[in-house]
Formats: sequence, C-alpha cells, structure tokens
Amino acid sequence: MLAWTIYISFLGAAAMLLLPKRSVALARALALLTAIAGFAIALTAFVIHRTGDMLTITRVPWIPSLGIEYHLAADGISLTLVLLTGIIAVTGVLFSWDIVDRTKEFFAFYLLLIGAVYGVFLSYDVFLLFVFYEIVIIPKYFLIAIWGSTRREYGAMKLALYSFVGSAMVLIGLVAAYVAAGSHTTSLADLAQFPFSPHFQMLAFPLVFVGFAILAGLWPLHTWAPTGHVAAPTAASMLLAGVVMKLGAYGCLRVAMTLFPLGLITPWPHHILGLTSWRDVFAVLAVIGIVYGAMVALVQRDFKFVIGYSSVSHMGFILLGLMTLNQIGLSGAVVQMYSHGILAGLLFAVVGRMVYARTHTRELIALGPMNLNKLIPFAAVTFVIAGMAGMGLPGFSGFVAELMILIGAWHAFPALAVCVGIGIVIGVVYIWRAMQKAFFAESGVAAGFSPRESVPKQDAGFSPGSLPPITFPERLGAIILISASVLVGIYPQILLNIIVPALNSPLFEGLRKGSWQ
Amino acid sequence: MIPINYAQLLQLALPEVIVVATALIVMALDLVALRNRPARLRFIVAATLASLGCAAAIARILLAPAQANILDGTLIANPLIHLLQIAILALTILALLISVDSTFTEHVGEFVLLILMATAGMMFLVASQDLLVIFISLELLSLSLYTLAAFSKRSLQSWEAAIKYYLFGGMSAAFLLFGFSLLYGFSNSTSLPAIAASIHGSALNPFLAIAIVTTAIGLGFKIAAAPFHFWAPDVYQGAPAPTAAFIASASKVASFFIFFQIVAIGFAGAAGTATISHIIRGWMPVLALMAAASMLLGNLVAIRQTSLRRLLAYSAIAHAGYMLLAIIAHTQQSLAALLYYVFTYALATLGAFAVIAVVEAQKGSDEISHFDGLSRQAPVLSFSLAIFILSLAGIPPLAGFFGKFYLFVTVLGSTPRTADLLWLVALAIAMSAVSLYYYLRVLKAMYVAPPPPAAKEFRSPILSQILVAALAAAVILLGCAPHLLLKSILAAIQASGL
Repeated sequence: MLAWTIYISFLGAAAMLLLPKRSVALARALALLTAIAGFAIALTAFVIHRTGDMLTITRVPWIPSLGIEYHLAADGISLTLVLLTGIIAVTGVLFSWDIVDRTKEFFAFYLLLIGAVYGVFLSYDVFLLFVFYEIVIIPKYFLIAIWGSTRREYGAMKLALYSFVGSAMVLIGLVAAYVAAGSHTTSLADLAQFPFSPHFQMLAFPLVFVGFAILAGLWPLHTWAPTGHVAAPTAASMLLAGVVMKLGAYGCLRVAMTLFPLGLITPWPHHILGLTSWRDVFAVLAVIGIVYGAMVALVQRDFKFVIGYSSVSHMGFILLGLMTLNQIGLSGAVVQMYSHGILAGLLFAVVGRMVYARTHTRELIALGPMNLNKLIPFAAVTFVIAGMAGMGLPGFSGFVAELMILIGAWHAFPALAVCVGIGIVIGVVYIWRAMQKAFFAESGVAAGFSPRESVPKQDAGFSPGSLPPITFPERLGAIILISASVLVGIYPQILLNIIVPALNSPLFEGLRKGSWQ
Repeated sequence: MIPINYAQLLQLALPEVIVVATALIVMALDLVALRNRPARLRFIVAATLASLGCAAAIARILLAPAQANILDGTLIANPLIHLLQIAILALTILALLISVDSTFTEHVGEFVLLILMATAGMMFLVASQDLLVIFISLELLSLSLYTLAAFSKRSLQSWEAAIKYYLFGGMSAAFLLFGFSLLYGFSNSTSLPAIAASIHGSALNPFLAIAIVTTAIGLGFKIAAAPFHFWAPDVYQGAPAPTAAFIASASKVASFFIFFQIVAIGFAGAAGTATISHIIRGWMPVLALMAAASMLLGNLVAIRQTSLRRLLAYSAIAHAGYMLLAIIAHTQQSLAALLYYVFTYALATLGAFAVIAVVEAQKGSDEISHFDGLSRQAPVLSFSLAIFILSLAGIPPLAGFFGKFYLFVTVLGSTPRTADLLWLVALAIAMSAVSLYYYLRVLKAMYVAPPPPAAKEFRSPILSQILVAALAAAVILLGCAPHLLLKSILAAIQASGL
C-alpha cells in the first residue's frame, strides 16, 4: 500500500497536465487531494506498522539480466521520513495557494518531486534508489527557475549542477561496488552483506558519502543551499529544506554507511592533522558546518538567507549524529531529519509566504519599520514558535533531536561536542536577532539602524498598515507543522519506537560491528 | 567451402534487394508521374512508398530469418545482424517521416533514392566481415550521405557542410583503405577472422601498429570521435533536418557496430591494455585516447554553443566517447551495452531533429534563443524535446540513463580487476555531470524563458506531433523497462556467438 504514495503523486502530476488551460482552482484542488492522499497513506502505514523492522512492499525482478529488482520496502527510518514527506507535501500545497502563473505546471513539477522523494525513501535496491534520487533534480530545477525570485536562474542551475555532480560521484561508487560484488545484484541488503575489501571501502566510502552529503549541505559543499533556498518559491524552499536535503542525509546513512562501513571506521595508516579516519573528517566538517552556518546566519541582512544558513547549521547536526556511530546519536540524527524538515518548512513558509509575498522585501532592515507584529501577528507568533523550536527549546522536536545528537557526540567526540555547544548558543542569537529585527523592531532606532545602511526601495503599491491578512490555508499549514513538531517534542517515543529497531536490523550490522555502544 | 549460386545469394540478400528496388521504383515514379505536382505531395508519396519498402524488408527479415555465412564472412546472416538491420530500417523509416513536411528541395525522388541507397549500404555494412565488402558498403553509405548533406541547394551552409563532409570523408576513406591494405599485406586475406588468426601471438610489428592507427582514424571519422570530428558540427548544422537526423541516428548505429566488429574480431590478438598504470600497446590504448578526447572535447565545447544543432553535434562527439568505452571493453556484454546505447541514442537524437525541423520551419533558425517559451506555444513538441534532451543527459528513468549505467557496468566488468578501466568510466561520469549544464540550457529556453513578445501563431504539424510523441514514449518506455529491448539484444548476441 505504501507504494501508492509514489504512484499517486506521479499520477497526480500526469493528471495535472491533462487539465484544461488556466484552471488554477482545479489544479490547486487536485494537488491538495493528491498530497493528502499520499499523506493519508503514509500516516496509516505509520500508525499500523509500529515495530520498525523491515516491511517489504513490492519485490519483483526489474532487469533480470543485471539482477536489478524493483524492491520497495520500509523500516522505521523510511517510515519516519515518508511521514515527513507527507506532511511537507500537504503544507507545501497550502502555502502555494498564491501561485497563479502556470499553476498546472507548478503543481505537476511539485508532485513529480514529491513522488520521487517518496520513492527514494522506500527503495531497497540501490539502482532503484538512484533512479528516484536523480528524478528529483529536474523538477527542482524548474520549480526554482520558473517560479523563483532573487537570482532564480543562477540558484536553480547551481542547485541542479551540485546535485548532479553529487549523484555522479555516487554513481561512480555504486557502479564500482556493483561490479566488484560480481555484477549480479543491486539489492541493498545483499550488497551490505558483501565483504568489500577494506581498501576498496576506504576509497568508495568518501566518494559515495560526499556525493550524497552535497545534498545534505555538508560544509564546504553547502553553497548551493542558501542561494537555492533564497531563489526558490516558498513551496520549493519548503521541499528543498524539508525533504530534499534529507534525501542526501538519508543516502549517507542508507547507502554509503551500510555498504562501506569499513571505509568509515578503518583507521588510516597515517594521521593527518590529528584525524585518523574518514569518520573524524566528516565529524569535523559537520561541526564546522554547525558553527559556520550559525555564524553566517548571524550577519545576514536578507531574512531568507538567515533561514537558509540556519538549514546548513541544522543539517550539520544530522551529519554529526551519523558520525557518532552510536545508537543514541544515530537515532538522534534521524529524529533531527524529521524535526528539521518540519521546522525548516515552517520557517520558510513564514518568511517566503507570510512575509515576503505580502511586503515584497526580505531585507531585515526594511521589515523592521513595518511593525509586522501588529500587521500580521499570526506570522510573528508562528515565527517565534518556529524559532524557539529551532533553537532547541524543550517541548519541541528540535530539543529531543539535538540533545540526543549531543549525547552521542559527547561519547564519540568530546572535544567536538563542546564546539557544538558554541554553535547552539549562536543559534539562539541569530534566531533572536532575526525575530527582533523583522517583527519586533518598534522603530528604526530600536532596530539598530546605522546611518550607512539605507532602507531599500520597496515595491510600488506597498502601503504600510494594509497588508493582506493571513489566509486560512496558511494558518492551517502553520498549525499542522507546529503540531507535528510539538507532538514529537513531547512524546519522542512515537518516532524512537520505530527508529531504534530499524537501526538494530541486520542492514546496519556492519556499522554496529565497527563501533556501537 | 560450399559452392553457391546467384539465386541463393539474392535470396539471402533479399531485404537489401527490396530496399534497392524500392529506391528505383520511387525514383522512376517521381520522375515519370509526379514531376509537375507540388513538392509536398511528391514527398508524401515518395516517403510513404519508401517506408513501405523498408517495412517490407523488415517483414522479410522477421518472417524468414536465415542463418548463413557465405565465403568466409563476405555476407553473413544471423540474429544479431537481423536485429541491426531491423534497427537501421526502422530508423530510416523515421527519418523519412521527418522529411515529409520539408520544403528544402524539388528533387524528391533523388533525395529518397539516396536515403534508401545509404540504407542498403548500411545493411551490407553490418552483414559482412570482409574488408572489401565493408569498404565498399561504407563508401556506398558515405557517398550517399555527402550528397544528402548538400541537398538544400538554396542554403550556403548546406554546401559548406557537404564539402567539408566530403573532403574529410575522402581523406578518412584513404586512411581506412591504407590500413586495410596493410592488413591484407601480412595476412593474405580480407576476412576478419583470418586476419585475427594471422596476427595472433605475433608481437606488435610496426605495420600492424600503422594499420591499427589508420583504421581507427578512418572509423573514428565515421563515428565523429575526437580528434576526427571536424565535419560533425558543420554537417549537423548545415544539412537539411532529415539528413542530419539520418546521419546522426542510422549511420551511427551501423558505424559503431562495424567499428566494434573490426577491432574485436579483426584485431583480436592485438588488444593491448588501457589500464593507466600498465599500458600495453595495441588498439585499446588508441581507442582509450580517442574516447577520453571525445568526452572532454565534446562536452566542454558544447557548453559554448548557441545553435541547438551544433550543440547536438558536440553532444554526439561526447556520446561517441562514451560508446567507444564499450568497444574498448569488447566483451559480449559490452556489445549488448553498446547496441542498447546506440539504439536509444539514435531514437533520442532523431526525435530531437524532428522537433528542430518543425521549429526551423516556423521560426527560421535553430538558435537556442528561438526556443524561448516554446513550452507555451507547442507543449507536445517541447515536452518531447525535453524528454530527448534529458535522455541524452542520462537522467533516469529515461533510456539514456540505463544505457549509460549498463555501459559503465560492462566496461568495468570486462577486466579482471574492477579498477583497470575505472579512470575512463570515472571520466565519463564526471563529464556527463558537465553535460547537464548545456542540456539544461535548452530546457531553460523552452520552459523558463518567456516567449518572444511579438510571437506569431506557432503551427505544429499533426504528423510531427504524433511522431515525436511516439518517440518520446519509446524513450520513456525503454528507460522504465529496459529489458524489453535488452532481452532481444542479449538473445541475438547469444545466438550469433560473437
């Protein structure tokens, strides 16, 4: 049944093209229905399947002469991310209610992207996974290039090329692994069992891991993320930060780390700068990402760039969680995938849809004098909640995730855990700053106007004091996202109950053998 | 040796005979009955007749599949060759269908005659393992193509293309003939297996080395591999659209197959290795150089192109580089991968040219900027062109992706150690990442850019729409279910024991 999340989305995309020209309302309704159907299926599966171990959905030969199978399955990790995709898909449609230009095409690309994302999370055959992973690239490009804003064509092309370079690296690694394992299976479980030589793994691991991690915003290959997020229309930034970045992290965990565990943990013959294995390297890069992302977010003038860099920072937590290689750190990483997906979606919705679509500016300096907390109080409240959740305040999913990752990191890399603490503190500050400047700057002086910064020109037609009110779909979307975060924040077992058994499955045996506490 | 007579020979070559007979009939009919009719009607009649002829030839191959090897491989019939001939005939039909709407010439009969002659040449080309027959068929093919490239007599570009094609082609034929003569010189035979037997075990003497290099140059020209690619951009740009489509599809299929056959069978003993740390002289390192040069040059130069046809030409050079990898691997599996790749590549390129033909007819140029906003003027054509382009870029789930994947897998699997040819595969994958940039530019023009303000009504002929939609459907289908085609390729290779 879960497979229908994929098919329904693709069918919805195809049906979208058959709608009559200029049928905005119809396209919207169809998109919403399709997204809700996918979400309903994901939710049902999530509720029914409470053990977290692997559930085979479909397994049929696809290209028999190469041993490639059409193999869909789900374990706790997949289910968590499928659920996340469902939530983001529905709310993304709600926040795209204002798309009136080429609506049909917009939602067709949107649903194509969603379907492929479901596909990645449900694939248990590396070939199939790669196919879905690459399908994502093209709709993503168009969503940004056609409906985006600031430097959209540049941002879209940069994102597409980064993604494609990443998947080229993955492809080299996977083709080599497939041939080295005898060219007769691409099944994830079988390849994970195959004893690749440590030498091979040490070469293949970084290639595949970095290939995926580019999409997860690994520093210093994260530069597509801020430009891409900023250029994208609201729904696309939500998808991008909410689920597409998770694809990268998921690929790291599901493919790179399960296929080549030895490449990750085997110590190098020489120490380089005190680093002894690939694990150390990526842990350090993840921490740099956390701190760097937060520091850069601190000095941005564009509201959306703040959120864009905060994504880089939060994705660093996921990568760090993966590198801890202990159960608490890894499950924390998966919870963080969910949590960041929800919260980044929410933040981009506030900035892109609630604020930018109304004020036509994202300059913090220009937003300050508008008294947005009076004009659109709902947006202000939502941002405060989302910001606090992002800072990691207890009661929200971010708190659980970051705490687990920190504990895991404390066991694995005590020194790095301290640096992460610094990152968290800066995280509080940049959220605070953005919140204060955008929503609660009572006057220009209070917002810290310096004489050399001038207020950028606003679009014609903007008159202070008369912003359109927040619409019902926006309210609904925000409420869904906030509840999704709070629910997990209050009762994290809802996810952990299925994530932990999944991490204990035979698939991750290689990792457990290496270092498991 | 079994004595044979002409009746048997003609029976065996009946598909080719049908094609040639159709060519003559079309020519005569056009000359006698249709001379004063409008060009469009003549094109419809001639193309329909010629397509029927090709279809009859396909039917003959399917209904009476012969298995024969006459005079040491002078003329061979086996399932693999039938598969190739069917593919060539099918691509010819498609190219003929593209030509139906053309207005570039009044010499309809001659045009269709030459296309069919080239087809007959290709059919003989793939069906022979004898140097003389190979050379003669190659010349039949090439001479027809030179003329076809020049067919748009009102266009200076077409002249230029044909002259360049002819000069480079003539030179490469000389190289090829020189190589062949050396091969004959030390093996006393023109049959590929006999040549292989005579060079087997002997050290790589200078004559053999020269023969290898000159043969590679001659064939490298046919497949437009760098550095013998100079004709390709001009021909792709200048030749009439149906000709360009024909050159880019059917003739590629035949040329790649014969290239594979000559080096894999004829030079069987002189392969050498292309492992970068351990190069042994032979034809493998020569082809490896050509492949690397083609991939680099094709992909990097394509970035700068503003004309879609030239872009496709450089992309063809890059694809020739990828396909050379399969020739370098020269295993049964890699032959299957090569055939899958070249078939699907031919479909996508043909489709792209079909769209170009329509756009050119409406807008007068194939500059990428003329595709601005096409998605809102001609949604079917744009969507199909997007599919073809993405397939060329190797985006799943389109046929081009599986072609690449399978090709790389078989190339890596062809050597005892996985890492031996990894440098070539890694280069190919890296370069295909580069290629996405220029392919996306075309999509960007169609989907992102706004249509020109004073846009005329865009009229897409219904036949072209059906044709490209069918081709796009085929590209998607072969990508989602590669086994449909792969199965028959593998079975044919098995049955032919190549």
